[in-house]
Amino acid sequence: MAIIDKKTIEHVALLARLELSEEEKELFASQLGNILNYIEKLKELDTSQVEPMAYATATKNVFREDTPRPPLKLEEALKNAPDKLQDFFKVPKVIE
Amino acid sequence: MMKGTNLSSLTGYQLKEKFLSGELTAQGAVEVLFARIDDVEPIVRAYLLLDREGAMRKAQELDARPKKGEGLGLLAGIPIAIKDNMCTGGLKTTCASRILENFIPPYDAHVVERLKEADAIIIGKTNLDEFAMGSSTENSAFKLTRNPWDPKRIPGGSSGGSAAAVSAGTALMALGSDTGGSVRQPAALCGVTGLKPTYGRVSRYGLVAFGSSLDQIGPITRDVKDAALLLQVIAGRDLRDSTSADVPVPDYLKEIEKPVKGLRLGLPREYFMEGLNEEVRRAVEEAVKVYKELGMAIHEISLPHTPYAVAVYYIIATAEASSNLARYDGVRYGYRAANTRNIIEMYSRSRVEGFGREVKRRIMLGTYALSSGYYEAYYLKASKVRNLIRQDFSSAFEAVDFILCPTSPTPAFKLGERLANPLEMYLSDVYTIPANLAGIPAISIPCGFTRDNLPIGLQLMARPFEEAGLLQVARAYERETEWHLRRPEL
Repeated sequence: MAIIDKKTIEHVALLARLELSEEEKELFASQLGNILNYIEKLKELDTSQVEPMAYATATKNVFREDTPRPPLKLEEALKNAPDKLQDFFKVPKVIE
Repeated sequence: MMKGTNLSSLTGYQLKEKFLSGELTAQGAVEVLFARIDDVEPIVRAYLLLDREGAMRKAQELDARPKKGEGLGLLAGIPIAIKDNMCTGGLKTTCASRILENFIPPYDAHVVERLKEADAIIIGKTNLDEFAMGSSTENSAFKLTRNPWDPKRIPGGSSGGSAAAVSAGTALMALGSDTGGSVRQPAALCGVTGLKPTYGRVSRYGLVAFGSSLDQIGPITRDVKDAALLLQVIAGRDLRDSTSADVPVPDYLKEIEKPVKGLRLGLPREYFMEGLNEEVRRAVEEAVKVYKELGMAIHEISLPHTPYAVAVYYIIATAEASSNLARYDGVRYGYRAANTRNIIEMYSRSRVEGFGREVKRRIMLGTYALSSGYYEAYYLKASKVRNLIRQDFSSAFEAVDFILCPTSPTPAFKLGERLANPLEMYLSDVYTIPANLAGIPAISIPCGFTRDNLPIGLQLMARPFEEAGLLQVARAYERETEWHLRRPEL
């Protein structure tokens, strides 16, 4: 049985940058526990001799010539910004 | 003017023929279509955004061009809807999320560029589960889309808006995206055709990423011929998506009319076990008889790791989603929470206020599965079992050419029915998820109706990059049956 306690939820929420409400913490603790219990069934399989599969098709590195192309214009890039100052994205204080 | 013409009975291919022969103008088609939208959209609610003006502008431009010669594209005059997780330059693209509620992309997705070059008429953007996470379209932050066959029921998801629009006659074709069944399941539940191409067949440039090793864009149409036509336009290599494959694109419309006699069809026994609705089972078994009469060889096969697919998927898809959705931080675009004191608080509050509950649940699950101490038990384990699932398919495709099974274990369920239990909702995708994990192409076509007049979908799967054969087998069934011609009464 996978038990997800409140402390685990708070740790994961911090990693995910989600400031969850108390109600959401409780809800997710119980729902994630249920889902992880279902996922436990993977343990039935012996995979010690199996390679992990990260991609759906055989892939290798894809290279292209490193030639400059026209970038997104500054005003286009800033158009959706929630806050800006001159040519910059503006954010709250980063260093205390 | 074509007053009174009902486009609901036409396919995109047929409409294009009428446009090219001069029987119908593009402006006439757009007017008739928007009259239909005015009529039924208040019930179906498939669209998040309608671009009447843009559609009419394109139609005028098309009507002014000569109809003969090389001047017109493959989709000339066909009104098309686009799922709202594909970027449309200058037109809002929201992913049905508050966090992107006012986002206007500065560029077109690859597939949108291709549609425009092919002279399609873009009608609008369709509803979806937020960030394509869901199986009923109920996770949209903005509206509930209803199934045109029964407005008390869900249209499926996550491309529920696209499937409902094609079914209701408010678009002739649509694009959806499929990470675990999001094109095929809503197509099945709305009685239309939905194709998930091979991973890498269609460029995802400009598709908002969810599960990057699984996502693929595909057509939702009224018949197989239209699916072939739309795939022809969107398939092929694009250097802006390094996973798009350098594999030649055949002439699908030519390939699909070939006979299927002698081809081998496999029925995986794991897809016909408990949990399968009896009416769905009977309809699918009837479809097998049609193929037998067409001279296909029918074999029972086994895909032994099928029972693990949903568990694998909900680790891999959520892990990838938790990473992909880290970009929504309130800095460069999207929603930003007000009055935050420092940057960490700004990130955390913008995200918690901007994302809906299912998206947060999946980010939490994916972050957990990737976090220190759990990575091996969950993500690595799931990646290994994923390989076993892929091997199941490659062994099966040594004995058979195509695989046949149901698309969804049940017909459309009622609005609200599965919202309280996320795991039950996840199990709606039990038959569609394996194709995404293995990266193979799969299609859903209509194969019958329940006693309550709800559509049933048949799923066919093929080897990687064998869309031509897949469409050919689907088309063979369609020529023998009339399920795809039925339209809902609205």
